[in-house]
Amino acid sequence: MDRERIIIVKNLVKKFGDFTANDNLNFEVYKGEIFGFLGANGAGKTTAMKILCGLSKPTSGEVDIAGFDIYRDTDKIRHIIGYMSQRFSLYEDLTVYENIRFFAGIYGIRGKEFRAKAEKLIAKLNMEDVAKTLVASIPLGWKQKLAFSIAMFHEPPIVFLDEPTSGVDPRTRRQFWEMIYQAAESGVTVFITTHYMDEAEYCDRVSIMDQGRIAALDTPKMLKENAGAKNMNDVFLKLVRPQKAEL
Amino acid sequence: MKQFLGFFRKELIHIIRDVRSLLILLLIPFLMMLIFGYAINMDLKNAGIAVMDLSGDDMTHEITDKLLSSGYFELQDVITDPGRAEELFKAGKVKEILVFEQDFARKFHSEGIAKVQILTDASDPNNANMLVNYTNGIIANYLLQQQVSQFLPLQVQSSFRYNENLESVYMFVPGLIALLVMLISTMMTSISITREKESGTMEAILVSPLKPWQIVLGKVAPYAFIALSNLAVILLMGTFVFGVPYRGSIALLLGLCVLFILMALSLGILISTISSNQLMAMMISMVGLLLPTILLSGYIFPIDNMPVWLQTISSAFPARYFITALKAVMLKGLRFMYIWKEILVIFGMMMFFLIVSIKKFKIRLD
Repeated sequence: MDRERIIIVKNLVKKFGDFTANDNLNFEVYKGEIFGFLGANGAGKTTAMKILCGLSKPTSGEVDIAGFDIYRDTDKIRHIIGYMSQRFSLYEDLTVYENIRFFAGIYGIRGKEFRAKAEKLIAKLNMEDVAKTLVASIPLGWKQKLAFSIAMFHEPPIVFLDEPTSGVDPRTRRQFWEMIYQAAESGVTVFITTHYMDEAEYCDRVSIMDQGRIAALDTPKMLKENAGAKNMNDVFLKLVRPQKAEL
Repeated sequence: MKQFLGFFRKELIHIIRDVRSLLILLLIPFLMMLIFGYAINMDLKNAGIAVMDLSGDDMTHEITDKLLSSGYFELQDVITDPGRAEELFKAGKVKEILVFEQDFARKFHSEGIAKVQILTDASDPNNANMLVNYTNGIIANYLLQQQVSQFLPLQVQSSFRYNENLESVYMFVPGLIALLVMLISTMMTSISITREKESGTMEAILVSPLKPWQIVLGKVAPYAFIALSNLAVILLMGTFVFGVPYRGSIALLLGLCVLFILMALSLGILISTISSNQLMAMMISMVGLLLPTILLSGYIFPIDNMPVWLQTISSAFPARYFITALKAVMLKGLRFMYIWKEILVIFGMMMFFLIVSIKKFKIRLD
């Protein structure tokens, strides 16, 4: 592989007291790919993602994001990443438009530039009618799309999605994945955590996390071949179960 | 700066959209001032008394008239049977019974000694104490007038400095400011920050290029404005409605209040960094701060009357220093050099809260 690497993680360790949430992680993410982080709840997916976003400091290890070091260049990294949490991170008591305006504002997009972009976005989301409606009263699927679009509003080259599809019905999930594909096609690197096995199939490469460690990392096709499994669900069960049994 | 203004605008929208809370926050000072100024009154007025006059001469009549014309007492009953006294107390109609012995005037003039007994209902000890003091004072005054012509070895003249009419509202103004500033600056700020943690929006803000100080300032500024407006309401109502005097420098008074507001805001930020949800933030503010502010700051109960261990605890609460200093400036007209210690303590507490919160905030969301 001679593709451009955009995220490089070396020997990443994160401990909370005696508990090791991330145990010596090593991986690389290529520019423009959809990189999936798969694992059970508590496997350390969210912890690792928070470190990459600068929301949490690692105990030790090196992380490089688009050539910036997460210890020294935190401010620069903040400008080039987008982030969407599983809770969608929208203000329920603000309208759709006010939410867009606020988050655009904190990334320094305002005035004419903001109005033009916001208009285009609202049209693209088909949300003209609800632009002045409080976010609290729009459907969950719309909130999810809005949250993703807001995370992408400042056009970051890398976007982190933390279980963005949890609690959403399958049809809305598929529509959401279409948005992810569109973003990836335009060259954005998508880093996504999920615990839905079917979603792992949509990723270019998947890292399976188990108890703070990376149990396997490859394309979905190779993972299935190596494990001799029909689908990702089987791959996951084969990789994760034996270790759990030791407990 | 522009980023900060955007943040500030968002916070204002939050506050305005929550009309009910906003109304409560803005109306509280009016209501509290009215309640404390008119309804809750520690002064004694028209306490029901009964008289058991076994003598019934001019002198006992004069003393009774003096008492009743003072405005503090109201005659409920005249009794002759000691057993009736118990009934009256039990019925709650009278708080005090005055018993004049037989041949009161005659004994006074011939023997130089006449006895009057004061019985009070001490189920409310403070009140009973006050009644006895007032009664004693009035009787002593009467005796003084009787003996004008004669030589008096000792004369007592008392004067209540800084609050001549012993108006309760003078005391409530500083206490109320402390209470409301804590309520709005500390509690509302801590709740509004933890709300963002709960809803996950805090993460979205923290991954953005916004600086921590911009986030904190944006969250705090609107509540500082509300606290300032409440301060204005209390101070203006205090002087124009209740006639509380501001004897010291207004600049020093306002400076002291602003410092206290800043301290309360820092405390609010600190509480929000240690609480994981809104409920916890509210409980810490309510139980940990508002109650001690009411009970231990000298606002209602004098600190000097507390046992030493309680006094020590009370010195950990900033409101104590604020109320002491504010009273000194407001009522005594003292200048900075007399209250610098209190100011220093409040300032020190503010710096401590700020430094600890910044340290906690740096670790972000672990």
